[in-house]
Amino acid sequence: MTLLQLQRRMAHAIMQPLTSSDRIALEADAGFIKPNDRLASVERLEIYSRSYWFRVLDSLYDDFPGLRAVLGRRAFHRLSRAYLADCPSRSFTLRNLGSRLEEWLQRNPQYSGNRHRLSLDMVRLEWAHIEAFDNAAEKVLGPEDLLELGPGFRAGLQPYVRLITLQYPVDDLRIHVNRASDDREAASNAVLKQKHRNLTSRVSRVKPERIFLAVHRLNFTVYYRRIDAEEYRLLSAFRDGQPIGRAIRDAFENSPASTDEERSLLEKWFAAWAELGWLCPLAKSRKRG
Amino acid sequence: MPANRFNGFKDYGIGIGLRISHYAHILDKKPVVDWFEIISENYMIDGGRPLATLDRILERYRVVQHGVSMYFGSAEPLNREHLRRLKALVKRTKTPWLTDHLCWGSVDGTYSHDLLPMPYTFEAAKITARKVREARDYLEVPIAVENVSSYAEFHISEMTEWEFLNEVVERADCGILLDVNNIYVSSRNHNFDPFEYLKSVPAGRVAQIHIAGHSKFTKYILDTHDHPVIDPVWKLYEHAIRLVGPMATLLEWDDRVPSFDEVHAEALKAEKYIHAPVAAAV
Repeated sequence: MTLLQLQRRMAHAIMQPLTSSDRIALEADAGFIKPNDRLASVERLEIYSRSYWFRVLDSLYDDFPGLRAVLGRRAFHRLSRAYLADCPSRSFTLRNLGSRLEEWLQRNPQYSGNRHRLSLDMVRLEWAHIEAFDNAAEKVLGPEDLLELGPGFRAGLQPYVRLITLQYPVDDLRIHVNRASDDREAASNAVLKQKHRNLTSRVSRVKPERIFLAVHRLNFTVYYRRIDAEEYRLLSAFRDGQPIGRAIRDAFENSPASTDEERSLLEKWFAAWAELGWLCPLAKSRKRG
Repeated sequence: MPANRFNGFKDYGIGIGLRISHYAHILDKKPVVDWFEIISENYMIDGGRPLATLDRILERYRVVQHGVSMYFGSAEPLNREHLRRLKALVKRTKTPWLTDHLCWGSVDGTYSHDLLPMPYTFEAAKITARKVREARDYLEVPIAVENVSSYAEFHISEMTEWEFLNEVVERADCGILLDVNNIYVSSRNHNFDPFEYLKSVPAGRVAQIHIAGHSKFTKYILDTHDHPVIDPVWKLYEHAIRLVGPMATLLEWDDRVPSFDEVHAEALKAEKYIHAPVAAAV
């Protein structure tokens, strides 16, 4: 058996889902492992299999507290096991473990039941949160970058600003989950139970609401900022490398805003973006394109 | 012997692993610590708080990078994106040497995020050594490989773990991060004499030593890094120091991490042994 053959066999064996009692399947392929005087081959393999599953499940558990609140602990656990069985890590870092969760959940709505749209929104928000936390911050657009300002000028959007659309106000829900989690260390069991009931009730009461959201970072803390539809379209166009003239025209297409209102909005938005440092010079590679 | 080409000719003393729960204490109290070891992967990102905090640590402390997912022993080629990010971090930290594990953990682009044990074969040694050389040439920094704790042995193995370690480091001409706790854990799991293992280690290639705590179960020992170092591991450490000299030593504590002061105090217990006289070569 070559090194590659052994590694394929072992990886396949340890990544097989554990049983409902978190044990390795008795029929697991462990014939390549030596037994010793205390452990059978399959028991030695099981140490690695359990370690693998606990590690990846813990990682997903930590990264998606909002989805846990939406689905409940058991359904979240079922979803996690199924997702990780279908989409094992393809990155050297666990940070990217949930990168395919939204796309997977769209194809597997049975794991989110009657809260499917809500779950998808929460996954989208929580993945954007991860990206906003540690994506790059480029040099902020400054006066020296505006020397050629005109309709053909292109600005870029900071990589740590993630733009998403939502059908439910999961931003509020996620903030509430965070607060509940922060309180957990200090509160008594009775208080915790009450908080859990409040959270469950909040999830069940959440009503659809169209939201345009910028998930961004300020002083190393991630924030959610609701924005107008036109502002969302304009920022998206900057992100995609559109010239500023066309981006503004497209952003206000079909908008009820008058020309004066458009001007006022643009002044307000550009002032806010300048203060937040959201715009940056367009990457050279995109300028060429 | 302690400062050698495998650790950038640095005479580092006793360090501890940099952990998030200690950030505030370190930045606020500025304790005297000889050096910190960082987990490279935690900082192989593009921005945000982790890198900003690291930069503040780098202003005041010496840092050595320790990786957990290079997987020199995986049959597949090195991950170029991983190497690119690692090199950027090496430039940032100016780590005098860099360590990762003598293990595998990925196959066909799928990652286990674990330190999986090697089959001790000549084919595996050749592949592993070639990848260590490739990484060192690209990163332009000395590399030392760490012996891992293991819980399984393979039928196809052709040599002992320490023979395999020697085979790899000689072929790669690289250093060794000697983890004495891992030697102890594996010796209990696989019924070998840990002192025999130590005796076979090429002392001149040791770049650094790891010490740590572990958890004992009924039928095996697990390398959990969540306890103080036990006496038998200190004995092994003492023996290792007699073989290699006052070597850069790092205490690992990764789970149920106590206060900074407790972790640092545990690490400084190594002072009792680190200046022991070096045994005469036989």
